[in-house]
Amino acid sequence: MNKVFQSMRIAFRALRVNKLRSALTMLGIIIGVGAVIAMVSVGSGATDRIHQQIASIGSNVIIIQPGSQNTGGVKSGNGNSQTLTEDDARAIAEECPDVMFSTPIQQNQQQVVYGSNNWGTRIYGVSPDYLTIRDIRIEEGEPFTADDVKSTNKVALLGKTVVDNLFAGEDPIGKTIRVRKVPFTVVGTLVPKGQNSSGQDQDDMIIMPITTAKKKVMGGGRANNWQQIGQIMVQARDGRNNNAMDEIEGLLRQRHRLQATEDNDFQVRSLEEMAAAQEQATQIMGLLLASIASVSLIVGGIGIMNIMLVSVTERTKEIGLRQAVGAKTNDILSQFLVEAVSLSLLGGCLGIAMGVLASFGISYFAGWNTLVSLPSILAAFFFSALVGVFFGFYPARKAALLDPIEALRYE
Amino acid sequence: MDSALIRIEQLHKTYHMGDNHVHALRGISLDIPRGSFVSIMGASGSGKSTLMNIIGCLDKPSSGKYYLDGVDIGSLDRDELADIRNRKVGFVFQQFNLLARTSALENVELPLLYSDNDKTKFKERAMQALTAVGLAERYDHHPSQLSGGQQQRVAIARSLINNPQLILADEPTGALDSKTSVEIMGIFQKLNREKGISIVVVTHEPDIAHYSDRIIQFKDGHIMLDEAVAKPRNAERELAEWQDVEEEKEPVA
Repeated sequence: MNKVFQSMRIAFRALRVNKLRSALTMLGIIIGVGAVIAMVSVGSGATDRIHQQIASIGSNVIIIQPGSQNTGGVKSGNGNSQTLTEDDARAIAEECPDVMFSTPIQQNQQQVVYGSNNWGTRIYGVSPDYLTIRDIRIEEGEPFTADDVKSTNKVALLGKTVVDNLFAGEDPIGKTIRVRKVPFTVVGTLVPKGQNSSGQDQDDMIIMPITTAKKKVMGGGRANNWQQIGQIMVQARDGRNNNAMDEIEGLLRQRHRLQATEDNDFQVRSLEEMAAAQEQATQIMGLLLASIASVSLIVGGIGIMNIMLVSVTERTKEIGLRQAVGAKTNDILSQFLVEAVSLSLLGGCLGIAMGVLASFGISYFAGWNTLVSLPSILAAFFFSALVGVFFGFYPARKAALLDPIEALRYE
Repeated sequence: MDSALIRIEQLHKTYHMGDNHVHALRGISLDIPRGSFVSIMGASGSGKSTLMNIIGCLDKPSSGKYYLDGVDIGSLDRDELADIRNRKVGFVFQQFNLLARTSALENVELPLLYSDNDKTKFKERAMQALTAVGLAERYDHHPSQLSGGQQQRVAIARSLINNPQLILADEPTGALDSKTSVEIMGIFQKLNREKGISIVVVTHEPDIAHYSDRIIQFKDGHIMLDEAVAKPRNAERELAEWQDVEEEKEPVA
């Protein structure tokens, strides 16, 4: 232990002697480690953002959309046909064991009026389970109930953006708004959710019973004939996502009376899977950034090696003297190794500080989500030590194996 | 125990430079008893530096035997040689070879870094060594703040720190003026007489060689002359006389 401290004392003295040179050598490591930390923080920030989005969608969410329709050989795109019904949504909830909740969704853009204010927003016609599936909470008032759906009651829940634009400080609960001239009673307001992944305002919405929405608001046209709906949203049991998807597919094929040779006339997608794919892409991106950054760390290591070689040559006479007074091979080796590692570790610590600063800077100026994690800091610390050992070993060995007579004679 | 500190038998040293073989030493036999003060003289290329390197355990003989304190040096490896140098040999160089930007005290401590003994009394022992060469009050000075003579005294203190059997001095007065040279030779004489440390000095100045008890002359890799000095010079007395002369001069000036 004592030997290590001695080596460190000798090393720090040697580094102090050439302050500018030591600082410039460290700069390579500082930039390398800083870049790695900053890039990793950008990568994990993006991943973290995706996790948040999954949480804001609600967990285990599956979306069922109408598939393409084959009309005389012309295939329309997904979602253009109207093959899903409210009964499908109900049947999924009742018959699929791995499905917890299910709601039909019919949505539409409408102009909403309150007093002299008006606002264009999205109307969601759903069943009460929609709130549970999407984890939307009521801020004030009450949610509507299954009875409201059954009785086609004209009640509505307003998102924060709608409240702000229509009511301007007034309490909306119990007030009457008009959608397409139909009066609705506001029964509750929603807890804000902010933006989603595509930057869409998730608070710019009105939620109402599906029955009311279809009959009173979106009435008219083929789209609202009978029971047909735009999509079904389902929440599966934890960890049973795939089973639930299979069950839904089987059930719907049976209900739609599809032959074995026929394609699905609907599409089942798990939001989590989509998010996972996105997450993977982000991780690959982060990895790519980090590996580019680590190239600069290696360049920094080469800088250390270069300077250590110069230092060994410059101090040949000192090495000779140390050997003459009894320094063994390992004494000289460890002296120069400790010197190289001190350079790289000190540079590593400063680099960590710089990387953290840089990642704050990135999130402040570019508005990206960044996340500096403890493991990435520890990894950077050990990696910079490793760089010191790796690139310091050759010069240190060269010093240790000098011939004492030649070294003493060196001028 | 063997009375000879250094015993050399039929020692050869040949350097190979490409196809050339340089015979630096051609069969030397030599005994140096404990407590000797020996000067080695000779022109450059005579083989005296080669012998110094071998005696100092910096180099090994090509053939023949060299025993230092009873140990066969030819059979040791690199690190064992380093250990012998650390414990048994003190080196003094012409250019002092002190570490710059390092205090006198720390320079003296240097060999202790590489020895196994008690680490707690570093400072105390270094101060004792500095006191022995009369530089205790300058312990915190850096080499650049010391005169040549003072630097050489720090180097001597460094060579003393591990209580060596032998001090090897390679042209120790080569970079010093004559009065300072006498002072340095005085320190060697004192260490030799009072502590019984054997001293081997390499020099090309006959004046300096005459402070020792025995002079060995080298030529072309052979010992040409090996004789006792009939009446060695006494550095202490000469310095005292010097002082008297200076004092006599003073009133005149």
